[in-house]
Amino acid sequence: MDWSPVWISLATSVTATLITMVFGLAAAAWRERHNGPLMAFVDGICLLPLVLPPTVVGFFLLLFLGHNGPFGKLLAKYEVTILFTWPATVIAAAVVSFPLMYLTARAALEQVDPHFVQAARTLGASEWRVFWEVALPLAWPGVLAGTILSFARALGEFGATLMLAGNIPGKTATIPIAIYFAVEGDDIKRALAWCAVDVGISLILLAALYSWTHTRGPARWARR
Amino acid sequence: MALEVKIEKQLPEFALNVAFHADDGAPLSVLGPSGSGKTMLLRCIAGLERPDRGRVVLGERVLLDTGQKIRVPARSRKVGLLFQHYALFPHRTVLENINFAARALPKNDRERRITEVILRTHISGLEHRYPRELSGGEQQRVALARALATDPEALLLDEPLSALDAHLRGQIEAQLQETFAEYKRPTLLVTHNIEEAYRLCDQLLVLSRGHVAAFGPKQEIFERPPTVQVARLTGCKNFSKVKVVAPCEIEALDWGCRLHVPQPKEKAAFVGIRAHHVDFAEAALPGASTENTFPCWLVRSSETPFRITLFLKLHAPPNGDSPEFHLQAEVFKEKWERFRDEPMPWHVRLSPTALFLTPE
Repeated sequence: MDWSPVWISLATSVTATLITMVFGLAAAAWRERHNGPLMAFVDGICLLPLVLPPTVVGFFLLLFLGHNGPFGKLLAKYEVTILFTWPATVIAAAVVSFPLMYLTARAALEQVDPHFVQAARTLGASEWRVFWEVALPLAWPGVLAGTILSFARALGEFGATLMLAGNIPGKTATIPIAIYFAVEGDDIKRALAWCAVDVGISLILLAALYSWTHTRGPARWARR
Repeated sequence: MALEVKIEKQLPEFALNVAFHADDGAPLSVLGPSGSGKTMLLRCIAGLERPDRGRVVLGERVLLDTGQKIRVPARSRKVGLLFQHYALFPHRTVLENINFAARALPKNDRERRITEVILRTHISGLEHRYPRELSGGEQQRVALARALATDPEALLLDEPLSALDAHLRGQIEAQLQETFAEYKRPTLLVTHNIEEAYRLCDQLLVLSRGHVAAFGPKQEIFERPPTVQVARLTGCKNFSKVKVVAPCEIEALDWGCRLHVPQPKEKAAFVGIRAHHVDFAEAALPGASTENTFPCWLVRSSETPFRITLFLKLHAPPNGDSPEFHLQAEVFKEKWERFRDEPMPWHVRLSPTALFLTPE
C-alpha cells in the first residue's frame, strides 16, 4: 500500500498550521489594538473562508494564483508554478484554517485581564514585550486550542485542495483526496483504511485539545 | 522634584476637573467616596487614560500637555502605579515579576536594585513563589516591590489596603509608612478610608464628583474644613445652619440654641462639630461652666467594639417629632459606662474650640 497520502497530509497540515499561526496571531494582535467602523469588514474578510464552500475558496485561489491571475503573473515572471504542486495543498489548507486561528486567538487575547497589560506598560515595557511576555503567555491556552483546531481543519481540507492542487499521487494527494478517488475507483477497502487513519489522527488531536483546555487558567501557574 | 497635575476629562456621570501639585517627601492622599473619579485621576497621570485636556509635569519632564499635543506613553513616564488588586503577572514568579520591571533600568543597575527592593519590602524567601501562592499581604508587598523596581520618579497607589483583611491592614500600613519615608519622591495615595488617609499622608486632596473640594495640609482640613461637604467627606456628622448674632456668638438654627464660638467668620453659614468632640458635662456639679451646655435625651445608640455612637435630641425628650435627633456623639465605652445609668436629661457641652464654622 502506498502510504504517501499520510505523509503528504501531515506535512501539509504542519506547514499550513505554522503559517496560519503566524498570520492568525499577527492579525488577532493587530485587530485587538485597532477599533473602528471599518473593522467589521476586516473581521468579515478574515472569517469568510470559514463560511464559504471550500470549492468557492479554491476557485478564488485558482483565479488569483493561476497564470492569468494577479499573483500568478508575478510568479510566472520568475518561472514559479504553484498550481498542482505541493505548496498549493499548503496554501489551500492555510487559507481555510486561518479563520479558526484568528477567532480563537482573538477571543483568547480579549480574555486577558487588561490590568496585566496596563501594569506591564507602567513598568516600562515596550508594546513588543507587553505582547510576548504578558499578553501571549496569558492567552496561550486559547492560542494553543486555536492551533489544534486549525491543524485539524487543515488535515480535513478537501474542496479547495482539489481545486488548487488536484490529485497527483505522491505529490498533492492528501488523505481526504485519496479517500475520494478510492471510492470513485470502487476500492472500498482502501477508502476504509484511509478513513480509519483520518479518524484516528483527528480523535487524538481533539483529545489533546480537551485535556489542554481543561487545565487552562490560573491553576496552571501554581507551584509545579 | 514635584508633580504638577491639571486634568479635565468628561466621565459618564460627571466631569473630572482637578488641579494640584505633590511635592517630594510629603505624601498626598486623594480622599473621596467611591465613584468620585479617584482611580481615573491616577490612571490619567500614569498614562493609561487619555484626558480631554490637561497638563502633567513631573520634575522637569512634561508628561502630558494637550495644548502642545504632548502625550508621553505610559511606558516612558517613569511613574509607578500600584493597582488596587495588584495585577501581579500570574504566570511569573515573584522574582520574575520584579525582573520584568527592572528591565526598565540600565543592565548594570538591575541586580542591585532588585536586591534592594526585595530587602526593603521584606519579601525575601518568596522569590520563587507564584502570585497565587501568596497571601494578600504578601501580594501587596510584591506589587510594591515590583513598582519600586523601575526606580519610578513618582509613586501612585490605588486603594492599596482595600483588598486586605482588617488584621493585615495595620501591618501593611506600617510598611507603607516606612516605604514613603524612604522614597521621598511625589507619592499619591487614593483611598476612601478617612483614617487611612490621615495616618499615611501629610497632604490631603478631597475629591467630590470629579472636583477638588479641599486641598492642603491634613490637620488644617480636618480642623477647619472649608465647606460642609468637605467636613462630611472627612467624617464629620453634625452640622447646623447658623445666624451670627454677636461677634462671638451664633445661633445654630437646626440645633435650636445659641453658641459661643472663638473666631466667627463674617460669612459663617454653617457650624459643625465632630462626633467625638461632643462632650458630656457633669452638670450635676454646682458652679460648673454652663457655656454651650444643653440638656439632651438619648434617642438611640449604635455600638462598635470599643466605642458607642449616641444619637441625641436637644432641649426636649424625643416625642416622634422631626428631626429625630440633633447630634451624634461618639464616646469610648468606658466613659459611657460611667453615665449610662444617670437619669435624663444628660448635658452635652459643645466646646467653642471644637466647633468650626464654614461659609458654605
